[in-house]
Amino acid sequence: MGKYVLKRVLLMFFTFFVITLMCFLLIRLLPREMPNDNNLKEVIKARWEALGYNKPLLVQFGIYLKNIFTAFDFGTSWAISKMKPVTELMGERLLPTVLVNLYSLVFSIPLGIAFGIIAAVKKNKWQDQVISILVMLFVSIPSYVYAFLVQYFLYFKLGWFPLTIYSKLDAGGSYFTAKMFYSMIPPVLALSFGEIAGLTRFTRAELTETLTSDYMLLARTKGLTRGQATVRHALKNAMVPILPMIISSFVGILGGSLIIEQIFSIPGVGQLYILSVQQLDYDVFMLDTIFYTFVGLLANIVVDISYGFIDPRIRMGER
Amino acid sequence: MEDNKFKEIPKEKFEFANVGDKISDAKFDTKPIGYFKDALLRFSKNKASVAAFIIIILIVLFALIVPIFTNNAKKGLLDPYYAKKGPRIASVAEGTNRRLANGGTERTLRETSYIYELAIGAGASYVTGSNKNTVTLSQGSESKYSPINYLKSSYKQGKTNYYKGNVDTYLEVGFVFLSLTKDELEAIEKWQAENNLQVLYPLIDTGTAASPNKYYYGFTDFSNAANYWYKVVTKSFDTDIVRQYGVLTPVSTKDGSDKYLSYSDNLVLEDNFLRDDNGNVLYSRPTGGGAEGMHQYEVRVLYYNYYIFKNGFQPNYLLGTDSQGYDLAYRMSKGIQLSLILSVIVSVINFIIGAIYGAIEGYYGGAIDLILERVSDILGGVPFMVVATLFQMHFAGKVGALPSLIFAFVLTGWLGTAYRVRAQFYRFKNQEYVMAARTLGARDRRIIWKHIFPNTLGTIITSSVLVIPGVIFSESMLSFLGIINLGGSKTTSLGTLLADASSIWTKYPHLMLAPAVVISLLMICFNLFGNGLRDAFNPTLRGSDE
Repeated sequence: MGKYVLKRVLLMFFTFFVITLMCFLLIRLLPREMPNDNNLKEVIKARWEALGYNKPLLVQFGIYLKNIFTAFDFGTSWAISKMKPVTELMGERLLPTVLVNLYSLVFSIPLGIAFGIIAAVKKNKWQDQVISILVMLFVSIPSYVYAFLVQYFLYFKLGWFPLTIYSKLDAGGSYFTAKMFYSMIPPVLALSFGEIAGLTRFTRAELTETLTSDYMLLARTKGLTRGQATVRHALKNAMVPILPMIISSFVGILGGSLIIEQIFSIPGVGQLYILSVQQLDYDVFMLDTIFYTFVGLLANIVVDISYGFIDPRIRMGER
Repeated sequence: MEDNKFKEIPKEKFEFANVGDKISDAKFDTKPIGYFKDALLRFSKNKASVAAFIIIILIVLFALIVPIFTNNAKKGLLDPYYAKKGPRIASVAEGTNRRLANGGTERTLRETSYIYELAIGAGASYVTGSNKNTVTLSQGSESKYSPINYLKSSYKQGKTNYYKGNVDTYLEVGFVFLSLTKDELEAIEKWQAENNLQVLYPLIDTGTAASPNKYYYGFTDFSNAANYWYKVVTKSFDTDIVRQYGVLTPVSTKDGSDKYLSYSDNLVLEDNFLRDDNGNVLYSRPTGGGAEGMHQYEVRVLYYNYYIFKNGFQPNYLLGTDSQGYDLAYRMSKGIQLSLILSVIVSVINFIIGAIYGAIEGYYGGAIDLILERVSDILGGVPFMVVATLFQMHFAGKVGALPSLIFAFVLTGWLGTAYRVRAQFYRFKNQEYVMAARTLGARDRRIIWKHIFPNTLGTIITSSVLVIPGVIFSESMLSFLGIINLGGSKTTSLGTLLADASSIWTKYPHLMLAPAVVISLLMICFNLFGNGLRDAFNPTLRGSDE
């Protein structure tokens, strides 16, 4: 097991390194514009000189890596927040993203699994059909449409919730106040619809498969009731693929959702990404890229490895 | 022997090997059903998928038919005065007593605003030659140019009367001031006489810069200044309030002092027309200097009729107009076309690259597979959002936004197809029929494409269809976030329409509704259609639903 995990992690870091290199080269090749402010221009010039911007690209990459490993310096923001280290900028924005997505997961995982179990147990009855139709609709409809529906009904029609989330200052200087939580409910809802539907579909598919397997028949012949057999045998086995998926979505909450953050103006990582693209703040853009890549790869590997832990027979990526 | 010279043995040479009474072979009574025919049969039994397919066809038809049959499309019409308006079809609105397709919005009007709306109708009913307004407000409300579609209720709150009703946002534009050349002016005069529709209405007495008319308030940001053809004052001289509500109070000056007028059915508003020395109203006046015949003429036109004069038809907008004043139905059809073409192109390219890559990986396996897998691992690890952004930054200026978007989609899009093809090849490459073909001397290429590949087709077709909703969604998301911009005067995409609407949709929900509904429908239908295909192409499900 240890060897397997090590191998996967090493492969992941290799992939991660190559992607970082490619993105670094592509971003450094982009034309850079100097700001109009003369003082700032001098500062930027000096800084770029130190970072070796007029040296060959691969040398630049070496300097970039050296700065990361020796000083954890991913660069400086010039446009979004002048002269601030990008790691600081990113650090501020991680919490809102994580919170909104975490709330949404906490809300949708039990619901998704519950609906999935109902649909599978009542297969081909009206409960299953209703759930399946709704799942089809909710999986297909894009998340921003939910966002608009939520805004339309909860803000314009009913007036229960604010249009966008409160700023940190309005909510009492922290992301953990009740007021902040209250204003985060609309984006959490908008995120949850798709999440619940996806999980329901997955749970239903896995559980129907285990429900029809031979050991279920054996369990019933032994004298277990249908409920007992379902909970102790079918559900447990169905959880083998479901659990890794849930674990990976906990990793995925770091990444968040760009579009929901934009619509509800959540000051998160996704919004930072959009800002860095709009204002051509390349160092921020580079860090965001690294971040998203890392989170994506991590989620992947977590799924594969947790499969191995949950069911030792499975070795993803092995032949 | 002579008989052996046939290259292919003709059918007649075969005969059934039945000896005596015993029938050991017979002709098939049924027709053979191939893989694809079987899939088609099973697909057509899946009602949801067939319905989804029909809806897709309908949406495609909409996208193809609208540009052909609407007048607005022929002229590529852009009308800034009629921007952000709701759906309106003139003939339907008139036929249903202005209840349906009336371009209306629900409004609660203060008394002064109610008079303002009715005054548009009354002003449009101005009797030529009378030199003076003689039309009452109730007569004005019966005019076909009256913006009030219907009145629901009126109530009093405090000292103010409120009127609830439905207002036609097209007719509400009312009158506008225009500056025309002499030729244009003459053309309008000629057209008016021929068609019996009045375009030109008396000008308003604005006074001069030195001594402005105290009953006219031509604020610079008043786009509706031309609608105040009656004498008005501001009650309090707080122009901010006036700007906010855009409404001024009508007055009567008959007894020498300014008397505020309140609403009554037979109220005749006192006009504020510009008159010449003989007391006749003026319809146009030259502005600016310059030589004779080179003047511009200032006129006041009823915009609804001016629109008919300009375009030759009444304003008909099936889905209303977008933020710039384009016909939304036409823009939608263009957007659907672009989104569908984009996604089909991406899907086809992904199909081709994925099939070749996956086939090579899966068939040869070993070291080739290992290397190719690493390549696709790396490509698959780059977040799509980053790819799209980088491609836009690098190439959008050189090759345009659309091709660079297609590149971005293709760069990582084929990985899914390749993965599936590879898995299928691993499954089939060790089967007996492959071995048989190889023993007979078939080359690798032949085994790959003629023997194994057809077995994987079902899976790939399904995944290619499922690529389409993904591309539509990604495009709309990227447009929405402003990372790509596919909008232009001729082209647009569904995502661009959404992005346009995103900042103003709270005031004009229809702008958001139409693209959001179509995108959702497309996504749902393609997913259903794809799922139907997947089930149909899966032979293990044969007979399971019966």
